[in-house]
Amino acid sequence: MAEAKPTPQDVLHRIQHTPPRSDWMETPVEIRKGMYCYAANPKSVATLGLPHPHAWNPVEDDWHLPENWQQILHEGFKERLERFRSFKVFMDICVRCGACADKCHYFIGTGDPKNMPVLRAELLRSVYRNDFSRMGRLLGKVNGARPMSFEVLREWWYYLFQCSECRRCSLFCPYGIDTAEITIMGRELLNLLGLNIDWIATPVANCYMNGNHLGIQPHAFKDMIDFFVDDIEEKTGVRVKPRFMEKGADILFITPSGDVFADPGTYTAMGYLMLFHYLEEKYGLKVTWSTYASEGGNFGFFTSHETMKRLNAKMYAEAKRLKVKWILGGECGHMWRVIHQYMDTMNGPADFLEVPVNPITGTRFEQARSTKMVHLVEFTADLIHHGKLDLDPRRNDYLKVTFHDSCNPSRGMGFFEEPRYVIRNVCNHFYEMPANTIREQTFCCGSGAGLNAGENMELRLAGGLPRANAVQHVHRKYGVNMLACICAIDRAALPALMDYWVPGVQVTGVHELVANALNLPGQNERTTNLRGEEFEELMAQAEGQSDEG
Amino acid sequence: MGEALFARIAKERAPLLSLWFDAALEGYARDTASFLKDRRDPFANPVGHHTRRGLERLFDELVGAMDMEAVTQALDPILRIRAVQHLTPARAVEFLFRFKRILSERFGAAPRSAEAAGLLFELHERIDRMVLAAFDVYMACREQVMELKANEMRQRTFRAFQRAGLVRPEHEKAPEADGE
Repeated sequence: MAEAKPTPQDVLHRIQHTPPRSDWMETPVEIRKGMYCYAANPKSVATLGLPHPHAWNPVEDDWHLPENWQQILHEGFKERLERFRSFKVFMDICVRCGACADKCHYFIGTGDPKNMPVLRAELLRSVYRNDFSRMGRLLGKVNGARPMSFEVLREWWYYLFQCSECRRCSLFCPYGIDTAEITIMGRELLNLLGLNIDWIATPVANCYMNGNHLGIQPHAFKDMIDFFVDDIEEKTGVRVKPRFMEKGADILFITPSGDVFADPGTYTAMGYLMLFHYLEEKYGLKVTWSTYASEGGNFGFFTSHETMKRLNAKMYAEAKRLKVKWILGGECGHMWRVIHQYMDTMNGPADFLEVPVNPITGTRFEQARSTKMVHLVEFTADLIHHGKLDLDPRRNDYLKVTFHDSCNPSRGMGFFEEPRYVIRNVCNHFYEMPANTIREQTFCCGSGAGLNAGENMELRLAGGLPRANAVQHVHRKYGVNMLACICAIDRAALPALMDYWVPGVQVTGVHELVANALNLPGQNERTTNLRGEEFEELMAQAEGQSDEG
Repeated sequence: MGEALFARIAKERAPLLSLWFDAALEGYARDTASFLKDRRDPFANPVGHHTRRGLERLFDELVGAMDMEAVTQALDPILRIRAVQHLTPARAVEFLFRFKRILSERFGAAPRSAEAAGLLFELHERIDRMVLAAFDVYMACREQVMELKANEMRQRTFRAFQRAGLVRPEHEKAPEADGE
């Protein structure tokens, strides 16, 4: 008898909607457009003298690797295990408790289980067990071990460049395993094969050759600052006079080049210029800029320890040459992790400089006694605390501000109160995002650690979702319309994130807010903010919005 | 028309929504799906939160006024998330079709009367309209992602140079409204 004809209902019920379950090691990696950054330009890799510069494409089957690439990786792995005890410990002690699993913004946003920090680390651990542990060699997959293969390499590359080294996961690890350190090591190993991304390699080469990530030559750097001078004069009636490479100045100021060349960071840079002008007029403080040390950021940090050290050294070389007393650093994120956690070991102690003392208030910055480098926001907070700035926060009354803690200053150096103190003194309307999204638990912008390219926009938007979601909450609840931050990557990356998830919220650096509130000696009536927007219109708009609310 | 079946469906709001939410998570890996389902904090789990809230609003429109503006607003957060994730366009909107199956499993696939058939047809037609709206939302999000890719560099760096007069000769000056 012929088989009964199935009913549509039967057919419907046979369809499986759930993806097949397979072990993570058996799930092949798919390098998806929008999630990865383009491969490094070999010229940039060669400029830095890094190994194996070559042209390659992540989506092709042949990455043009050196013949002995597995041996290179094995030896590189071994060398780092011997050199960095933390790396060895992190490879050994994870008990896979899962506390970190749902804490990564990339996992939360993309839903890809290999973005769970524990699995990202397992990418390296699986090879570690195979190559360096007897049990792993004996038991193989049962022990979570696997040999290095091209498939594994592809997986390493794809997922190690989906980690922004933000360290949120490490906050929840009962053993304190720092997945960022594992990513750092993994990226170093990839660099041994010339497998960097271009958004990192070319800025690093630019910085090495021209002084800043964007490769702007000294005259263009000065031209941009001169333009800011004209712009400030137009808006305030005061012509500020920045100093460049001035020997014997009190302080050398270094900020990420993004502040000088990319909106909205440019307005923050104008804020720096206005503050320094004020301090010189009122208190005679001489701050100098440098076109040689014209980059506070350090994408070398995302390449290798040695590359980070080479870029960092320029700051100190310039401070020494100019014979300044100490260094003041602008609003940056990873720059501060480099200074706070690595600089002293790499290039310190900077004993040719003085322990930073604010000459206006007498405050001695003990925390910077070895690095000799102070964050501008703590410097400004100190000035405000001692009543040294003439501020009119009413000029920021059209703003409802929230603050995004950048990962590195917050988790990397415990820098929570100073930016809030400054904002509260220059703005009358400040609102915090929910507690589990700020301070040490802050969510990354989704674009850190060199991942703020354009081609990986899907990754950035998905990874930035937890941050944007918290901004959306205060936008809806309090009418927040300005997201303040103290990191140049944030200023570059967050506007796109806000456009996509929370339209109506703009992005600013803290010193743009400071400058709009700061009364300069001899200023005009100040009818516009630094963006050239009329205060009268902005206030009227804000009143209209709160009436509606 | 539609009251009887719609009222029965509305009465079972919570269990039906629970099934619909599970169905909406089927495009995700198992570990991810259990996280999206179990973690209730909206700030620790925005994908789960927005998906759940969106489905609730869609459910209410489905058995209620079926106001297309409200439907689009409910779809937006769900599709906005899916447009930047690994889901294909078909996978991204599939959860809407899945509600038909959930309904047939719960209330039976074959209507017992002409009236019931009419109501079921109406319900399916409403879901189809939601699917069409979902295509529009999904595509608008994808287009926005592409625009952000294309314009970000220009808006950031190029505009800073442009303002400084460092990149563009005067005769090529663009209209004021350009790109703002």
